[in-house]
Amino acid sequence: MRVVVQQEPFDLGAEANAFAAADTGMGAIVTFTGVVRDLARGDLDVMEIEHYPGMTEKALTKIAAEAQERWALGDVLVIHRYGRLAPGDRIMMVATAAPHRKDAFEAAEYLMDYLKSRAPFWKKEITGAGAGWVAAKDEDEDALTRW
Amino acid sequence: MDVLYFAWVRERIGIPRERVETGAETVAQLVEELRAREPRYEAAFADLSALRVALDQGLADFDAPLAGVREVAFFPPMTGG
Repeated sequence: MRVVVQQEPFDLGAEANAFAAADTGMGAIVTFTGVVRDLARGDLDVMEIEHYPGMTEKALTKIAAEAQERWALGDVLVIHRYGRLAPGDRIMMVATAAPHRKDAFEAAEYLMDYLKSRAPFWKKEITGAGAGWVAAKDEDEDALTRW
Repeated sequence: MDVLYFAWVRERIGIPRERVETGAETVAQLVEELRAREPRYEAAFADLSALRVALDQGLADFDAPLAGVREVAFFPPMTGG
């Protein structure tokens, strides 16, 4: 398992390639990448991501360990950025490796569901008109009940 | 203990962390003490349903005991991913 919390960009291709090449016993690699989405008005200047250093790493590690307990996985990778990002920037990625795809897909969805509402990150959208914190969605909390 | 604030809780209170000497036995009691301090704390803690709390970097409930806790953090629901 590898959990990384960093300000700087990550190389999606290099990370995915290295992850996929690590274990020849894995027949399925799933990767998910989160990207800063512009607002409907197209005026998002900055997405600022705040986090809780220390707790963030603990929370992500716990979520990844739970996924590994639940599914037959070879490995798990979680990278999440913080700081000031622009529309189109990659915020985070998860990757799961498993002998079979069902485990890899389900574990990746589980990681994303928990990471959205159980890892201490907060997003703030900054436009020319002002700044506002992104509110948590009920559907994100509801998504946890299916696990 | 150290009390930390994140996101709009930090902005409303105006500081990211502070040292608090308290006899509060639970998180809820600590919240009441803080709320009574100044309007900026009252503004931050007005609606507990909009807040989450972590004790020593693990999520907890507002009725959780504070005995032995070194770090309390208050923040809005998380929006990662």
